[in-house]
Amino acid sequence: MVNILANPARFLRLAGAVLPWCWAVAAVSGGIGLWLALFVSPADYQQGDSVRIMYIHVPAAWMALGAYMLVAAFSAVALVWKHPLAHIVAASAVPLGAGFTAICLVTGMLWGKTSWGTWWVWDARLTSVLVLFFLYLGLIALRSAFDDSERGNRAAALLALVGFVNIPIIKFSVDWWATLHQPASVLRVGGPAIHPSMLWPLLAMAAAFMAYFAALLLLSVRAEIAGRKLQALLIAAGRDEQGTPAELRGQAR
Amino acid sequence: MAALLAIAVSDLRLAWRRGADTLMVVAFFVLAALLFGFGLGGDPALLARAAPGLIWVTALLAAMLALERMFAADFEDGSLDGLLLADVPLELIVLAKCAAHWIVTGVPLIVAAPVLGVMLNLPAQGYGVVLGALALGTPALTLAGSIGAALTLGARRGGVLISLLVLPLYIPILIFGVAAVDAVIAGTDAGASLMALAGFFLAALALAPFAAAAALRQASR
Repeated sequence: MVNILANPARFLRLAGAVLPWCWAVAAVSGGIGLWLALFVSPADYQQGDSVRIMYIHVPAAWMALGAYMLVAAFSAVALVWKHPLAHIVAASAVPLGAGFTAICLVTGMLWGKTSWGTWWVWDARLTSVLVLFFLYLGLIALRSAFDDSERGNRAAALLALVGFVNIPIIKFSVDWWATLHQPASVLRVGGPAIHPSMLWPLLAMAAAFMAYFAALLLLSVRAEIAGRKLQALLIAAGRDEQGTPAELRGQAR
Repeated sequence: MAALLAIAVSDLRLAWRRGADTLMVVAFFVLAALLFGFGLGGDPALLARAAPGLIWVTALLAAMLALERMFAADFEDGSLDGLLLADVPLELIVLAKCAAHWIVTGVPLIVAAPVLGVMLNLPAQGYGVVLGALALGTPALTLAGSIGAALTLGARRGGVLISLLVLPLYIPILIFGVAAVDAVIAGTDAGASLMALAGFFLAALALAPFAAAAALRQASR
């Protein structure tokens, strides 16, 4: 499985076939999810309409964790089997994960202001998600900090594996410590503790987020592969990265 | 074992002859606390309330400041390649270098902490637990920091980068370190927080050398 997908040409064919489906699922499921979330699902008896923030906040939080697990998995593959494509996938997923983490933090702050009366508390769940955001930033910074991009890729892959210790801490922080953030109500032992009228829009939104993430990831990986091809072609044609022909190089500087 | 001792002793001797590392760390620690004293306006009650957190934060920043030098000299002059070829496991070499680094930068922080306690008006019953918590926490800081130091070898803006990388790993140590001191000052039991600190230390002792050694191997390739 790992080795089959490591071939960029085969990966590109597969990505081209899967990509339209990702967009379709994201659009249809997102449309249905938003309609259910905003118009059909009931308002909370305590929180009123502000409970609808959940339909963005919770899927974003799931994707923030999911994206990190994907980064760590592909980093491990990249370190063990040394597939360049795995590095590209991990590198492409990091900014997306950082984006979802930022969405989760911002919507969480908005929701916190309406239901707890404060933008931010130093609670275990909030703090550990903030740490996840810094981890994503660290991965981006470390990957770009070396002149040799291969070195940056390897260092970032190692850091992704080291940072994985934070994932169980985030997931279980609401169970281990008494926090202001409510405990898990969907992914928990004993089944979801949430009414179906709220669970279905939530799951629809989660499917939409996942498909959207997959689509962006495939696009980003495709762009990176195309960029590398272009660079190889330029080098083969005797031009540098800016496209300056070899015989003109040196004169312009 | 003799080889590991030799590595640690040579690192200590180098640090002793240069002297700058220890001095820099302690000077930063004391100066930062001094700035907090001015910045918070010298109200004794306010300082006493903030002292545990201030001592821990400044200790953390001071420890971070010194991390960059842990493997940098060996990387620059090429002796890292020699260490990689040694028939002693690299993980143990990392451990020896961490021990030397902790003696040079961690122990002075612990020694200087009571001075900061006086400057920041730390309540009297807090001194013992500050020392105990720092004694458990600073080796964990050094061990976790060795991963960041190894990962950023040869990187542009290495110093800033290390802070960004090890910060997420340092936050739990900070939280439980401050919690332990606060608990004793409030008159409750600090056992749980101290045990959590000891747990972090042991986990870092067991795991960090492997991660740092892997990072060193890929850095010299």
